[in-house]
Amino acid sequence: MTPKRRASDRLVRSYVVTDGRAHPTRNTLDLVTLLIAVDDPPLDGLNPEKRRVVEVCRPGALSLAEVAGHLSLPVAVTKVLVADLMDSGHIVTRAPIPAARPADARILQEVLDALRARL
Amino acid sequence: MHSAPASDAVHLGPHVQTAVKLLVVGHFAVGKTTFVGTLSEIRPLRTEEVMTEAGALVDDLAGIRDKTTTTVALDFGRLTLNERMVLYLFGTPGQQRFTPLWQDMTRGALGALVLADTRRLGQSFEVMGVLEEHGLPYAVAVNQFPGAAAHPLDEVREALDLLPETPLVRCDARDPVSSTRALISLVEYLLNRTGHLEHA
Repeated sequence: MTPKRRASDRLVRSYVVTDGRAHPTRNTLDLVTLLIAVDDPPLDGLNPEKRRVVEVCRPGALSLAEVAGHLSLPVAVTKVLVADLMDSGHIVTRAPIPAARPADARILQEVLDALRARL
Repeated sequence: MHSAPASDAVHLGPHVQTAVKLLVVGHFAVGKTTFVGTLSEIRPLRTEEVMTEAGALVDDLAGIRDKTTTTVALDFGRLTLNERMVLYLFGTPGQQRFTPLWQDMTRGALGALVLADTRRLGQSFEVMGVLEEHGLPYAVAVNQFPGAAAHPLDEVREALDLLPETPLVRCDARDPVSSTRALISLVEYLLNRTGHLEHA
């Protein structure tokens, strides 16, 4: 079993990290939204957690869930931070497939072909 | 070919455009974390959602200190399918009381693989019920534990009261080939439902 990490183990309370906010400024973020760091904007003025989000995405894209996992932050908190970083131009996203499209046969065929190729 | 788990290549390739997700669900200790870890090319990660006791996603983060909140762990892993597409597997328990979490988890998911243990089949009903409630199609894989009797699959199908079209396979969550085959059964079923399955 995976070791448990408890919210209370974190040094800084979640509501401090998000300035007391529970909801992100946009609701389009999903667990598998891919996050890409933008090179240009300086990190000055970002709080340490936002800085860490940008830094963990610098070497290449990661999903929102991976960023949450790497930084040991709850998903809800990560969404708030990422939304702010999109507003400030530090992060851009590649949206996951829209909710209406999971049944898209082409996507499923591509997944199936790739899985079969692994055998 | 199988990617080695715990790879140092943490970040996605530069050409990945599409991320898809499948859920791996089942009751406590059914092997979800093992299954995800067997297939993942990265060291499996864990994150958490914070829920209030009432089952709502927490809407006041100041309440995190409150004892009425609980956290639900999501264990997940990643498989790069090809240059353009990556698959995330999310392993999560299927308790009804975490319904708001399920809305977040199931949105945009292609489908779910239900892991079942023949020694505790009764515990799978709640999980399957949650998936049906959210309209997420699923296949069932019996995780064959050492020492557990290998019941014929038609008996398991009857015990779980599965629809005739719901795929039911046996798998060993520790084995990459067996686990990949279980995912293939699920995706074949999902594709079949769209009416576009090309037989290999």
